[in-house]
Amino acid sequence: MLSKRVIPCLDVRNGRLTKGIKFEGNVDIGDPVESAKKYYEEGADEIVFYDITASHEARGIFLDVVEKVASQIFIPFSVGGGINSVDDMRDVLVAGAEKVSVNSGAVKNPDIISEGAARFGSQCVVLGMDVKRVPVSEEIPSGFEIVIHGGRKYMGMDAIEWAKTGEALGAGEICLNSIDADGVKNGYDLELTRLVAEAVTIPVIASGGAGNPQHMVDAVTEGKATAALIASIVHYGEYTIPEIKKYMSDHGVQTRMVW
Amino acid sequence: MLAIFDYKAGNQTSVHRALEHLGIPNEITNDPEKLDKAIGIIFPGVGAAGQAMEELESGGLDEVIKKLIWQKKPVLGICVGCQILLDYSEENDTKALEVIPGECRLFNPSWVDYEDISIRVPHMGWNQVELLQDCELFKGIDPDADFYFVHSYYPAPKEEFVIGTTRYGIDFCSVHGRKGLWAVQFHPEKSGRPGLQMLRNFYNFCREAADAE
Repeated sequence: MLSKRVIPCLDVRNGRLTKGIKFEGNVDIGDPVESAKKYYEEGADEIVFYDITASHEARGIFLDVVEKVASQIFIPFSVGGGINSVDDMRDVLVAGAEKVSVNSGAVKNPDIISEGAARFGSQCVVLGMDVKRVPVSEEIPSGFEIVIHGGRKYMGMDAIEWAKTGEALGAGEICLNSIDADGVKNGYDLELTRLVAEAVTIPVIASGGAGNPQHMVDAVTEGKATAALIASIVHYGEYTIPEIKKYMSDHGVQTRMVW
Repeated sequence: MLAIFDYKAGNQTSVHRALEHLGIPNEITNDPEKLDKAIGIIFPGVGAAGQAMEELESGGLDEVIKKLIWQKKPVLGICVGCQILLDYSEENDTKALEVIPGECRLFNPSWVDYEDISIRVPHMGWNQVELLQDCELFKGIDPDADFYFVHSYYPAPKEEFVIGTTRYGIDFCSVHGRKGLWAVQFHPEKSGRPGLQMLRNFYNFCREAADAE
């Protein structure tokens, strides 16, 4: 039986691991390569890296991190942040990532999804979506709107429609992040997660809001996600990955328990 | 030395990194002489079956890999490399290498899994293998271990070649072949310690086979 995945997310800024709340106030919390290795050894099912550095110069440092990670961990990992062209995608795949996540780059230029899928295969292309709750309107019938720039810019696109478009263009997976829930640790936005998971047939990763292992159980049962992204709860040592997995397994979720 | 078969449709570098980590001598190559000298071949592959076959055929590499197999050189096919060892793949309506009888079929998203909900395609993530036959590749690996899969098509070889199956909507064949010619649908190079153990097992088998000659 297919296991539900537990995926630590590492935000990398200038080659260092960082974490903020609602995309702001980032603080340095360590070395991303060491953290990735630790999570790999503890049984993480996959790892996600986001380059939240805006500058061009720091890109090289980030790719360096990706290469180091690729030679030390032997589970899949994906890379996102600053992916605006097929060449950007190629750079991170060559550096050793399995998958590349496109977010605002795809909002601005949806063709990057189809071009990336044609060149590297759909399995490589993750559509990252940042979503905020808004009043229901004609433009946003679901009440969930796509935002970019860490939630500062509203795009006038309905999240559910965008998910379907992304799937049709060839995305192999969706990483769905609720900006409202991010860093608050009150649980994933289950309504959003379920709406997107039911609208597409590709796997959906729930992101934003994990505060305890029950939230993750909720994401993959009520939310119908196939994986759950976590950050703060493991970065600050509140829970270990084995504790989370044991909890999920004890609560009837198929989980990878041997690693 | 293990050779990682190079044909532009593979995940050669991730297999290479895993072998390096294990301290197993290896080289990414399609030089027939080097392949012949290698004690075993890893035949990787990602992407689409049609494109993989095109890459192979364009350089005559299809005949190279087939010849190595007929000479009983140990081979481990991975993912698309596993699929195109069969006769045919529904993906791009592709005539494949015809080394192992059978074909490769598309998962049907209307199949339901254990939760009574439809399966998602691709089959992406960690899943287990139930062995129907003993297999040297699994030596020392916990039967409950998971392996990392990512694919939309699954191998369906003739029954006698099915070594292990995996549950995803149906019980599909995730390991096939015969002794010394193995094909795995999952990615051992991305399957954590159990996957690394499998690569080590393959290397050990190749060494023993080479020593016996």
